[in-house]
Amino acid sequence: MDFSLLRNIISRYCAGEENWVDSRTVYIGHKEPPPGAEAYIPQRYPDNRIVSSKYTFWNFIPKNLFEQFRRIANFYFLVIFLVQLIIDTPTSPVTSGLPLFFVITVTAIKQGYEDWLRHKADCSINECPVDVVQQEKVVRTQSHKLRVGDIVMVREDETFPCDLIFLSSSRDDGTCYVTTTSLDGESSHKTYYAVPDTMAFKTEQEVDSLHATIECEQPQPDLYKFVGRINIYKDKEEPVSRTLGAENLLLRGATLKNTHHIYAVAVYTGMETKMALNYQSKSQKRSAVEKSMNAFLIVYLCILISKAVINTVLKYAWQWSPDRDEPWYNHRTENERQRHVVIRAFTDFLAFMVLFNYIIPVSMYVTVEMQKFLGSYFITWDEEMFDEELGQGAQVNTSDLNEELGQVEYVFTDKTGTLTENNMEFIECCVDGNVYIPHAICNGQILSAASSIDMIDSSPGGYRREYEDLFFRALCLCHTVQVKEEETVDGIKRGIHQGRPTSFYISSSPDEVALVEGMKRLGYTYLRLKDNYMEILNKDDEIERFELLHVLNFDSVRRRMSVIVKSISGEYLMFCKGADSSIFPRVVSGKVEQVKAHVEQNAVEGLRTLCVAYRRLSESEYQEACHYLTEAKLALQDREQRLAQAYDVIERDFVLLGATAVEDRLQEKAADTIESLHKAGIKVWVLTGDKMETAAATCYASKLFRRSTQILELTKKRTKEQSLHDVLFELNRTVLRQRSISGLSVDCLDFGLIIDGATLSAVLKPSQEVSGHGNYREIFLEICRNCSAVLCCRMAPLQKAQIVKLIKSSKEHPITLAVGDGANDVSMILEAHVGIGIMGKEGRQAARNSDYAIPKFKHLKKMLLVHGHYYYIRIAELVQYFFYKNVCFIFPQFLYQFFCGFSQQPLYDTAYLTLYNISFTSLPILLYSLVEQHVTIDTLKREPSLYRDIAKNSLLRWPVFLYWTCLGVFDAVIFFFGAYFLFDNTTFTSNGQLMTTNTQMMFGNWTFGTLIFTVLVFTVTLKLALDTRHWTWINHFVIWGSLLFYVIFSLLWGGIIWPFLNYQRMYYVFMQMLSSGPAWLSIILLITVSLLPDVIKKVLCRAICPTATERAQSTRPCLTVEPSTIFMLSQSSSRMSF
Amino acid sequence: MMASSYNAKEEDGHHSGSSTHGGTGAPKNKKPDNTAFKQQRLPAWQPILTAGTVLPAFFIIGLMFIPIGIGLYVTSNNIKEYEVDYTGVEPNSPCYDCANSFTWNSTTPCVCTVNFTLTQPFESNVYMYYGLSNFYQNHRRYVKSRDDSQLNGVQSSLISPSKECEPYRTNPETKQPIAPCGAIANSLFNDTLELYYSQPDGNTSKVTLVKKGIAWYTDKHVKFRNPGNDKDNLTERFKGTAKPVNWMKPVYELDPSDPENNGFINEDFIVWMRTAALPTFRKLYRIIQKKPDSTPTLASGKYFLKITYNYPVRSFDGRKRMILSTISWMGGKNPFLGIAYITVGSICFFLGVVLLIIHHKYDTRSNSADIPN
Repeated sequence: MDFSLLRNIISRYCAGEENWVDSRTVYIGHKEPPPGAEAYIPQRYPDNRIVSSKYTFWNFIPKNLFEQFRRIANFYFLVIFLVQLIIDTPTSPVTSGLPLFFVITVTAIKQGYEDWLRHKADCSINECPVDVVQQEKVVRTQSHKLRVGDIVMVREDETFPCDLIFLSSSRDDGTCYVTTTSLDGESSHKTYYAVPDTMAFKTEQEVDSLHATIECEQPQPDLYKFVGRINIYKDKEEPVSRTLGAENLLLRGATLKNTHHIYAVAVYTGMETKMALNYQSKSQKRSAVEKSMNAFLIVYLCILISKAVINTVLKYAWQWSPDRDEPWYNHRTENERQRHVVIRAFTDFLAFMVLFNYIIPVSMYVTVEMQKFLGSYFITWDEEMFDEELGQGAQVNTSDLNEELGQVEYVFTDKTGTLTENNMEFIECCVDGNVYIPHAICNGQILSAASSIDMIDSSPGGYRREYEDLFFRALCLCHTVQVKEEETVDGIKRGIHQGRPTSFYISSSPDEVALVEGMKRLGYTYLRLKDNYMEILNKDDEIERFELLHVLNFDSVRRRMSVIVKSISGEYLMFCKGADSSIFPRVVSGKVEQVKAHVEQNAVEGLRTLCVAYRRLSESEYQEACHYLTEAKLALQDREQRLAQAYDVIERDFVLLGATAVEDRLQEKAADTIESLHKAGIKVWVLTGDKMETAAATCYASKLFRRSTQILELTKKRTKEQSLHDVLFELNRTVLRQRSISGLSVDCLDFGLIIDGATLSAVLKPSQEVSGHGNYREIFLEICRNCSAVLCCRMAPLQKAQIVKLIKSSKEHPITLAVGDGANDVSMILEAHVGIGIMGKEGRQAARNSDYAIPKFKHLKKMLLVHGHYYYIRIAELVQYFFYKNVCFIFPQFLYQFFCGFSQQPLYDTAYLTLYNISFTSLPILLYSLVEQHVTIDTLKREPSLYRDIAKNSLLRWPVFLYWTCLGVFDAVIFFFGAYFLFDNTTFTSNGQLMTTNTQMMFGNWTFGTLIFTVLVFTVTLKLALDTRHWTWINHFVIWGSLLFYVIFSLLWGGIIWPFLNYQRMYYVFMQMLSSGPAWLSIILLITVSLLPDVIKKVLCRAICPTATERAQSTRPCLTVEPSTIFMLSQSSSRMSF
Repeated sequence: MMASSYNAKEEDGHHSGSSTHGGTGAPKNKKPDNTAFKQQRLPAWQPILTAGTVLPAFFIIGLMFIPIGIGLYVTSNNIKEYEVDYTGVEPNSPCYDCANSFTWNSTTPCVCTVNFTLTQPFESNVYMYYGLSNFYQNHRRYVKSRDDSQLNGVQSSLISPSKECEPYRTNPETKQPIAPCGAIANSLFNDTLELYYSQPDGNTSKVTLVKKGIAWYTDKHVKFRNPGNDKDNLTERFKGTAKPVNWMKPVYELDPSDPENNGFINEDFIVWMRTAALPTFRKLYRIIQKKPDSTPTLASGKYFLKITYNYPVRSFDGRKRMILSTISWMGGKNPFLGIAYITVGSICFFLGVVLLIIHHKYDTRSNSADIPN
């Protein structure tokens, strides 16, 4: 790969042909072209080996270590560890080395295992058999031996081994059907076309005799784009050139269907296939919690450094007198004495850093990662988010953003397929002002065979009859629907049983299927496409045949598609259907006004409308159009653009035929979901490409706009009348006035904004020409901020992302969520803080690029209100608690320095230092952060407003952080001075030790530390117990288990002379401490005092100003509820409240 | 780092999808299990900390802590304690000369005597402590300057002590390993204290001081062990080692009278080796056993303390004290614990009352607010 890149660069400078530098030439069957045709450059391409693994056996350790230490946290701990190794530090390197080693090893094992799985998967793919045509024979070889230029034979239901140019098929028409389920999730069959000149080759001998080269662009990841050209050399003739497009390129990973076998030539292999190129990882999104966590970390790092600096300075001030520095009983070694004082001070500073480094624990990162990773399983496990129809539940593509789901302030949703079903049903059509409604409208897909037309305005004149015929033919011809004639169809059935019960219509656009089906109900049945002839069964049961000459495909910019057909009578006809806005400007005659009125009326009802027009082409016009199209299609560079230009030239001077209306029903519970989101304080924006009236109707239906909502319009229609500037200011005034009047009643103050794409781009345009009028962007944002719902219609995909970006970067920096189902939503999904894909009918593009994928829009409610809420409170507690417990842990250590001559003497034993964060206090908080439910799921669902309680990162704001830190410091002071006064109290003229009834033994510094440590472990664990609202058996097990483990460990640790240790300082310390009555009494006392302030704060806050969450907690009966009775209870309690 | 597994999973999925022929179009039905854990519906106890629920706890804590505190305080007050500072800082103090004339290599011990009077008799066992202040036994360099395996009688450590003992590891002149090595051992407290009672009749009697039973049992019997074979002479067993530089006699002569209290298992030595937590500390020196008859262990009256002054503390502004104390079930004299208990108990009780008021006031309010809903 690197080599080809290099070659590319070289050829760029040597060849000098600018147009060709970005293309490659493939010699089919590795045959050189005839001499003189073109210089034969032997090219090197990678083999067809797919390497998804990151590591090899040799580079695993260095590469993995490098990757891991690139993380700042790991690097920090590595530095601490190295400092401990190099200088004489208070704690042994084991204390930080062991946890680091553990973390690194676990991660390495995990990554290694994953990589091994990838290796295995790679291997099985690379070794799967492939049929290659060599010397006129089919040879079976392994997939990874495939080279660019090899001719491959693929049989039905086989997967393409690399990206191939389709040469010929077993089907006579040179087509094949392919599903790309494993590529983009679309289960529909797509038709691919063989190169016309080679499609006649039926045997391997013929195929092998082919002498041709393919010039195509260098590999690029876009699955739907391919530009290339094939030059076919026949004996001593000029080479024949054909353009190649995406319809000729069979992608690796797709599967051949309904075709016995095909021949194709490899153009991209191995890591250069489009599938492989698509596995590049997306950019990382970071959650707000992570950002707060990093901010807190910086604070703690500052605390850490200042602690170390303070202690170092004090140390040197204190030991100014040599008697303190080196009393006779405590001399330095010669080496130390000779060291320069600056070096000594620096070493001391580092030693203090090492001593206090536990304030930023390694285990926090591990625990947070584990919490996110394990916690995300609850989303995938959720039965309520499982869709029976689709057979799939929610998917988590990244677990980094779990808690962000609880912070969403803006939801940007697509309309079609997201709010609505994207299950189209033909409702009516209007031909030249007359309305036709299919007789039997049925919700289901099966319809009676009877089909007649119900004419509402029945005055069919002669020319009308003609229009009618043309209209129905247009709809039957102008589409890309395929007919599936088999009983069993993979994927979702889109066809209807009628006449021939075994035929289905398949298309990537549900609108088209709906239209063709609608036509069937109106009596015109599209039968099939055979040998480039489209066959229609008309009303009189006669088969009409039209030769399909050109298809001008649909794209979202043009918003229309056309076909050019030749009727039996030799007439050239161009039919076009598309959005009204793109058709009307190109219409020269027809009943434009009537149709327009009708279209608008339909749109208000929430129907999707399409206009149909036609144009008769003369022979010369056709030739001209043909010329334009072929020229554009042959272009290697900018083909898209040239095609668009060609389409623009050809698609004009239409005669308007009529319009169709298709209904797209709202998704189940869409309105309920939107209402809940509104109550949760989330602003919902609908971004759609649909026209304003349709979209507005959907918004009303989905309760995005209510009857009481005052609609503000910011559309092209309005800006035509007034200048954009005036409209913006007027709206702004309206909003602000309303707000000042009804400051109290929230309900009256309900604005909805409608804006269209054209106006939006005007608003967003950099305002150099309106420099005097200030920034429209700000005014627009100000208006939006005051609107509970915003509808943006006529949006291009990129505009959707722009809107998201605009809101994201506004001054409050709100958290945004984008939800969509189609490829046009991908940009928006990638842009938003959280991207959610709906596993919809428009393929899996959105779901693949999203952070989370859900089957239906309604699942968003549970996703945000329940899962998001839980994840947020869990992680917030996790982060705060971790900082708290480490303040408690390290601050006594800091205080102790004042009593040990700033000598960096650790307070706790090495084992305690090491295990505190790893085993004594890690599991309770991890399990808490996995299973805590401060409010039940049902309450959260019933009362969406609880979501407001956690809005704006409320649990991780600075005051809360300060509270936790102060609590930590308070507890630490209690621990330390509690123990201090018990051990040494000269003012009370007490003795210097604790004694027991039967012994009167002395307690040393390790007992002192152990006493503090015991109080510490119990206090922080019980503090968590106080915070736990949801005591499942897991919590009980883990909390009490941890405490028990601490006691057992301490007994064991002190109970044996450990042979591998060079010190035995903990020997019997813990037992001796426990055998002393006052130690027990003081442990109990200190724990009580430490927990007291938090209990009081909790109780007072709840009593005096309870939050909504706390109120919701109190209303629930305080007893164990079995899962089965929850529903009953919640019902009864809701009944009680009325 | 964990999140990457999702990507891996996805890739794997695709790869396997492309390698299995056919059937990829049919979505796999992977309906999640309906278990209480996976659906987050585990039965749970859901306590809420409200004024109502916390109230009883506060009262109970208050009612329990106050009596305990009073008990502790009374017990602590009943403990008798007497302290004598014999550092010799003031010119008129008896040990002034000894303190001033101190040199490391003096051969004749300096002896001084301090007189004191016990106004009350000390009943039961009396414990005699020495106390040092401003002595940083908890200094890091000091704390780690020991070799536990040498003290445990490991022969190899006896010959080559741990590096942690530097600069008290080997004798600078003879280069012999020091036993016991390290700063802690080197600075062993070596004042000798003797207590005499001036009987009312004018005679003086020496108070019997018991020097055994002052160290932890486990230290004496497990952690500290003399090296070599028990049958050999202790001097033999320490052959080839040097005495700590500041010691006057080698380790095997710490208590020649009692082989069970000699060498590393000398109890004074073991007590010293347990480093104190704070710079001002006291360590148990001797025990005065209570007498079999009902006479007090230490009757009230005049006493004098005879000190063999060996231990210099003036250089670092230290103080030396001798303390006599009785003990109770809760240890030595320490009113702090009792006072703390009483204070915390009272605070809890007081808070209980406050919470009761708050509970009464706000609960009715929130109840009345709930009714319109």
